Amino acid sequence: MANFLFYLFAFLTVGCAVLVVVSKNAVNAAMFLLLSLVGVAGLFVLLDAALLAFVLLLVYAGAVVALFLFIVMLLDTTPGSLKPFRKSTLAASAVGLALLLLGVLSLRERTVLVSLPPTDAGPTLRAYAELLFTTYLLPVQLVGFLLLIAMLGVIVLSKKLPAKEDAP
Amino acid sequence: MSLFALLPAAGPGPLEVTLHSYLILSALLFAIGFFGVLLRKNTLVIYMCLELMLIASTVALVAFSRFNDTLDGNVFVFFILTIAAAEVAVGLAIIVALFRKRHTVQVEELNALKH
Repeated sequence: MANFLFYLFAFLTVGCAVLVVVSKNAVNAAMFLLLSLVGVAGLFVLLDAALLAFVLLLVYAGAVVALFLFIVMLLDTTPGSLKPFRKSTLAASAVGLALLLLGVLSLRERTVLVSLPPTDAGPTLRAYAELLFTTYLLPVQLVGFLLLIAMLGVIVLSKKLPAKEDAP
Repeated sequence: MSLFALLPAAGPGPLEVTLHSYLILSALLFAIGFFGVLLRKNTLVIYMCLELMLIASTVALVAFSRFNDTLDGNVFVFFILTIAAAEVAVGLAIIVALFRKRHTVQVEELNALKH
């Protein structure tokens, strides 16, 4: 049953990711991104990380995709047709795909990845909190600073500055 | 489905879900996002594909952490989600500012640094 669910969610995730790339309209792309995120959240639940699935849906589906849709609506760009790709871009894509395949295959051939059996109940909220407030205390504070800086940056960027004369 | 059947993992059966399955899925998702960044011309769609690449890395982290019975990967995903949220906010603000100045979001027409 767990295997079937894995393939279901994997198919949902990958299929919707492909549709994000190929859809002409940016609104459709955002909607498929949402569906793909739902698939990833399902995979997180299968990996005993229900808390992360919840946070992913909250942050991404609730905030990021909504922000994307809002900006698409605000900019009101015409859904332009997919232009034919340039030869050099296609060649670069092919080289990138070949390198990635080589990496995954070498990971399969050269290494032994041990898959431990799952623990009984999965991590609890208490375990997350203990790690976040002991081992990763400094990164948590740095991330807080980063959010503050991002907020200030967004305010500065989106503020209409008074038109000052272009001094050379 | 057939892709996973072609790449059997070290488990008992070819369709058994192990760490390898999650890693292949993660690589596939990353590749799709990468192609989107390379091939698309709309800045907003390029941003969505960047998000896909970040999500692919989180899938690999959570899978490693689950199959090695640790929690550090999951905690890293928290940080990745925070960074991604900050990145999206700043990036979309930049796109809006750019649109206000140039009236386009197509990367082909944003070539002022080229000439």
